Amino acid sequence: MTKIIFVDFKGKKTTIEARDGDNLMQAAIAGGIEGIVGECCGAMMCATCHVYVEEPYLSSLLERSEGEEEMLECTASEQRTNSRLSCQIKIGPDIEGMIVHLPEEQ
Amino acid sequence: MIEGHAAIEPPPGVPVWDVDPYDPQTLADPDAYYAELRAKGPFVYIPRYSVLACGRHQETQEVFSDWERFVSSRGVGLQDFKLETPWRSPSIILEVDPPAHSRTRKVMSRVLSPKVANALREQFLVAANKLVDELLEKDSFEAIAELAEVYPTNVFPEAMGLREVNRRFLIDYGAMVFNALGPDNDLRRNAMAMGPEIVPWITRQCKRENLRQEGFGAEIYAAADAGEISEDEAGMLVRSLLSAGVDTTVTGIGSALWCLATNPGEYEKLKENPKLLRPAFEEVLRFTSPVHSFCRTADRDTEVSGVEIVAGTKILCVLGAANSDETRWPDAGRFDVNRRPTGHLAMGSGVHGCVGQNLARAEVGAVLTAIVNKVDKIKLNGPARWRPNNAIHALDTMPLTFTPR
Repeated sequence: MTKIIFVDFKGKKTTIEARDGDNLMQAAIAGGIEGIVGECCGAMMCATCHVYVEEPYLSSLLERSEGEEEMLECTASEQRTNSRLSCQIKIGPDIEGMIVHLPEEQ
Repeated sequence: MIEGHAAIEPPPGVPVWDVDPYDPQTLADPDAYYAELRAKGPFVYIPRYSVLACGRHQETQEVFSDWERFVSSRGVGLQDFKLETPWRSPSIILEVDPPAHSRTRKVMSRVLSPKVANALREQFLVAANKLVDELLEKDSFEAIAELAEVYPTNVFPEAMGLREVNRRFLIDYGAMVFNALGPDNDLRRNAMAMGPEIVPWITRQCKRENLRQEGFGAEIYAAADAGEISEDEAGMLVRSLLSAGVDTTVTGIGSALWCLATNPGEYEKLKENPKLLRPAFEEVLRFTSPVHSFCRTADRDTEVSGVEIVAGTKILCVLGAANSDETRWPDAGRFDVNRRPTGHLAMGSGVHGCVGQNLARAEVGAVLTAIVNKVDKIKLNGPARWRPNNAIHALDTMPLTFTPR
């Protein structure tokens, strides 16, 4: 299990224990995180699992794929340099304690 | 050969179940079939069609998403395109595998992106408000003919840029395409009999000159101009919009109305908290599974959950059964707008996940928003009747009354 900290757009923190091997979108849904929708369930179709990842964790993630880049053009809240689709982030010990900010809208 | 595919022996240890998933009674009321399918094991062998069927969430998702082992290019119905020529040229997005699939899929993902769907939300809502206002004037109305079929055939051809709209043909073509996925039964034969009248009309609408200069159709042809796809391929992708973009959304709206009319307590929750509209539509999809089953074909000898599957096996993925699997969704038989059922298979999963899903959500979202804002009670005025189809679980008739808020 890996600890992940979500911070919603009002600043409220929620910590979850995520199962290694899941993706962050699945972990957020399983952990009852309200700000993640994940309508397409990881098919990179909907851009409703958008998150902002804090450093130094951001740099440790695999780079965005072309498909993820395209979806990030479609987010409901503004895209920032640290925008990611949470369905594309794999949970593992390398991101223990990662801090993830939730956008206002999905 | 049986139903256009190679007959197989039941794999060792797999229960043989002499059931007809395409029996009109079963298609109209499938819950008992779904439950028994799941109870019998991860797979059953159905002798009359010589197929494997799966209905537990885990295996259904595995077979449905693994495009390398379980291909779509041999058809997503019972017929194996490697062995028989299908009734129409195969779809270049639905009935194709990567890498060929990736090229056409990319064009369609762009044309139907979330950004495009968001930009249409306002005009979708205007159309929905108008329609709901008209229905509020009536003592009673026929929810399928007067709402579910009207709304998508108003807004979708407009967004596509179709110059000519024939509501009946648009709906019936979808029903034809989906009935064609089943066995050679009355449903399929009756659907095919409509072909000579409908298919030439559909083919004509796919041509560049019959599409306005703004809309999904023109965007697809722009991809041809840019050299991403050929002119013929552009026509084929426009055909895909007409095959999969109308009947499915009609079904989604009808089923959403049915869920809300038969679960008034859940409708009250939506009125109190319209933020629940989005997860509520996901729950409608999970609870009703508009596409009840699609096939895949094993392209190699393989194994799933200990079951040996030989190359050429047709596997009926019963999405409706997977979406009501209690091990995945506790109290699965209850319609619960608070459920957030991410992971349901109603829109598929993986590379073949519904490419129009953002648009479908925008259309149904607009209709539900208009209803929640304007309608106090949704009352069922008589029995809702289902319209059997070999791949779609859709309502045929449902008399409703809207009372104003």
